[in-house]
Amino acid sequence: MADTPKMNTVGRPSAPDFDIEHTSFKTLLGGRGLLQSEKLIFEWDDYHRTGVDFADVAIDTSDLGDLVRGDTLNLPGLTEPEAVRHYVRLSQKNHAIDLALYPLGSCTMKHNPRLNEKMARVSGLGDIHPLQPVSTVQGALALMDSLAHWLKTLTGMPAVALTPKAGANGELCGLLAIKAAHEAKGQGQRRTVLVPSSAHGTNPATAAFVGYTVREIGQTNDGRVDLEDLKAKIAATGDQLAAIMLTNPNTCGLFERDIVTIAELIHAAGGYFYCDGANFNAIVGRVRPGDLGVDAMHINLHKTFSTPHGGGGPGAGPVVLSEALAAFAPRPWVVSSGQGFTLEEHGEDASKANFGRMCAFHGQMGMYIRALTYMLSHGSDGLKQVAEDAVLNANYIKVALGDVMSVPFPDGPCMHEALFDDSWLEGTGVTTLDFAKAMIDEGFHPMTMYFPLVVHGAMLIEPTETESKAELDRFVAVLRALAEAALDGDVSRFKGAPYLAPAKRLDETRAARQPKLTHS
Amino acid sequence: MRYLPLSEADRASMLDTIGVKSVDDLFVDVPQSARRSGTVDLPTFAGELEVEAQLNAFAAQNLSPAKAPFFVGAGAYRHHIPATVDHIIQRSEFLTSYTPYQPEIAQGTLQVLFEFQTQVARLTGMPVANASLYDGSTAAGEGVLMAQRITKRNKAVLSGGLHPHYRETIETLAHAVGIETEACPMVVDGEAEVLSHIDAGTACVVVQTPNVFGTATDLTKIAEAAQAAGALLIVVVTEVMSLGLLKSPGEMGADIVAVEGQSIGVPLSFGGPYVGLFAAKEKYLRNMPGRLCGETVDADGERGFVLTLSTREQHIRRDKATSNICTNSGLCALAFSIHMSLLGQEGLKRVAKINYAKAHALKDQLVAAGIEVVTPRFFNEFTVKLPKPAAEVVEALAAKGILGGVPVSRLDADPALANHLIIAATETVTDADMSALVAGLKEVL
Repeated sequence: MADTPKMNTVGRPSAPDFDIEHTSFKTLLGGRGLLQSEKLIFEWDDYHRTGVDFADVAIDTSDLGDLVRGDTLNLPGLTEPEAVRHYVRLSQKNHAIDLALYPLGSCTMKHNPRLNEKMARVSGLGDIHPLQPVSTVQGALALMDSLAHWLKTLTGMPAVALTPKAGANGELCGLLAIKAAHEAKGQGQRRTVLVPSSAHGTNPATAAFVGYTVREIGQTNDGRVDLEDLKAKIAATGDQLAAIMLTNPNTCGLFERDIVTIAELIHAAGGYFYCDGANFNAIVGRVRPGDLGVDAMHINLHKTFSTPHGGGGPGAGPVVLSEALAAFAPRPWVVSSGQGFTLEEHGEDASKANFGRMCAFHGQMGMYIRALTYMLSHGSDGLKQVAEDAVLNANYIKVALGDVMSVPFPDGPCMHEALFDDSWLEGTGVTTLDFAKAMIDEGFHPMTMYFPLVVHGAMLIEPTETESKAELDRFVAVLRALAEAALDGDVSRFKGAPYLAPAKRLDETRAARQPKLTHS
Repeated sequence: MRYLPLSEADRASMLDTIGVKSVDDLFVDVPQSARRSGTVDLPTFAGELEVEAQLNAFAAQNLSPAKAPFFVGAGAYRHHIPATVDHIIQRSEFLTSYTPYQPEIAQGTLQVLFEFQTQVARLTGMPVANASLYDGSTAAGEGVLMAQRITKRNKAVLSGGLHPHYRETIETLAHAVGIETEACPMVVDGEAEVLSHIDAGTACVVVQTPNVFGTATDLTKIAEAAQAAGALLIVVVTEVMSLGLLKSPGEMGADIVAVEGQSIGVPLSFGGPYVGLFAAKEKYLRNMPGRLCGETVDADGERGFVLTLSTREQHIRRDKATSNICTNSGLCALAFSIHMSLLGQEGLKRVAKINYAKAHALKDQLVAAGIEVVTPRFFNEFTVKLPKPAAEVVEALAAKGILGGVPVSRLDADPALANHLIIAATETVTDADMSALVAGLKEVL
């Protein structure tokens, strides 16, 4: 056997032997080390390759005549290694919860358990067809029934419509049920919705969608619904009042203390209480919306119940309904009998009142599976702990930053998210946007900015329960240091930020003025 | 609890920092009447092992298409999805990110959306496409709403070949905003019927090809006639794979196109989540619903992508928005885009031809067995008229372990269609599967 050659270490430095002053040079290919530049798939030269192996069979299309496609598809194909590399390179330009804190207030970026993903892909769940005979999908219907049971029990509500495809679709479902209920009582003139000024944009958008007029209600100095203004608006709206749409905990991260009174006032005036359940994760397992007088509430399964956000969906937005609205739920729904489960798809049984159909088939089954897996994993005790830890983490952030950043509603605890405004930045030349962009250089995703609209330069931080104390401390240390830098006048650190992200600040005005939405 | 990192010591120390005695002090704003002691009446936490067993028990009560000759379609189709697709969409950076609000750290998602929009535009033959909607049915509904915004007219005419679930979804959305709908009676081959319903108040006609019975129709003349009357043509496609073989909606003159994209990249998953592809003529760009991704440059002049034209959207325009959509179907759009990239035009054409070949081979076998096929021109799906109610036949086939198709009665109560059965045959169907279906039908009829 030949001698193993020894590595020649003579003259080989073990540390850099020159001072690196800066590294802001352009690389030959435009990437930066591990961060590869990546062209568009449409910029490959050869469009005739493919990453699948299908035979080119001969077919007789004479019966199709002119229907055969004549134009060039002009769609590039990549072989598998090229495709994998393309998407892996792109993926590395994304921030993700799996990488670091992602404190987008109101969005609930919590850890997504991988068991949920595994179960959604099991044969018999992930691969079944929505229109198979119901005798062959009894397990799927049982799963939906089980999810419904959990949702009803956790919310203390008697009914749930599972099919809405996301939160905003759930809002639409809730308002359509409310509209149908009013019309059934001969009260179709009730077409005004009261919405607080702090509401999510989807609330007024959904109200307008169903032809309702939006009337804003004011807010108190402590960030809650102004009861006096509410009473005045209810009186002024009279028999036009359809509903109130209220987020609770609200978008300032605060529990509406007067919520039971609000519900009573609305009900006494003939309206229904739609609760935007985007923030249900703050109270799940601890407070039941049914005990607060709610008539309808959507639940974002991708927030409270941890189905992945996927770069912008898919979500799922089941809507729990009170006794007063239950009969108006959209079709289809699962019916449980002694013999098993059936699916009511035509609404031909006793519940003729159903307002229609939200979508084809039966909703977001893939999300139902993930959410139920999450619920079964946590259980009633774990879910209560979820709410408590989420609220604890947010209050910890609020206190840990409250002496350097300004808190618009300082009195009392917050719920699952801590709200700051930009008054502390006054005179520094640094804006909320600049501050957020500097966080990117430090490896954190910015918080929700400029929302809710009722607070100037809002910064809404939602840490969620899946962050450890150590991670929160790391985050707090960075934000405190950044805050001090801003207050010390280190403006360039913020104005040019981010310096270290895969892209610099992007020209959004140009994108909107000369829209280029496809490659040409 | 494996998903909760705080220890009891952490909690105590944090409560101390906050300056409260217990976590209950953080919930003091909850009204007394809604405070509860203890937990709700549901099972307590469980380990992975136990949870997996519970979910597997649900799965075991279902008949997986992988274990049966499978011919079920009618708006959702079983296709082969390359292994790469599911691998890539489970990468943390795609799976666990959100809507790309911070473009500097979301260029991965944004470039994918830009490529997705371009793929959808080319596939449908349309100039512009959005970054996806929930699914094909809600996309069709959004198309009708968009037609009203453009034409300021208030009536939509729905073809008799439209999938009944789509018809009902459109009706729900359209009626919510005060648009009147006129649905033509269900018919196997008669899309031109919509033209007789057009009047001066018609915003759009909605026509599906291939339609729910599988019939493919050239809509060029319908487009011309509708547009001559000032109405828009919305083309619905529920089997996107058909666009590898059939004339595109753009070639036929569509104004708006709503497609269910599930067949490319997205598993059946009992009906959702799926992905709605939405495309339109360029002049209607600013009336489009949903997210749009656009090309721009960053501060260094490098190409980059952002969400754009957001002044149409709910978070800016609130009650004046073009739709209320926020979260859409990002990860399914990614899956679609990866699968489409792997197919390319060559792969798509080939798999489309195989679908066509399989379905026509099956049709020939059924005709030879004396079964009446009523669909005149089709891609991978057709309808047969049986001598007895199709729902009974399907149940009898299921008892033999064959998933034989979708009875029209499952979708619509029209008694005239009670014996009609919709049968799909994709590239996943084998010769043995076809023989099993033909033999099974002979036995149960």
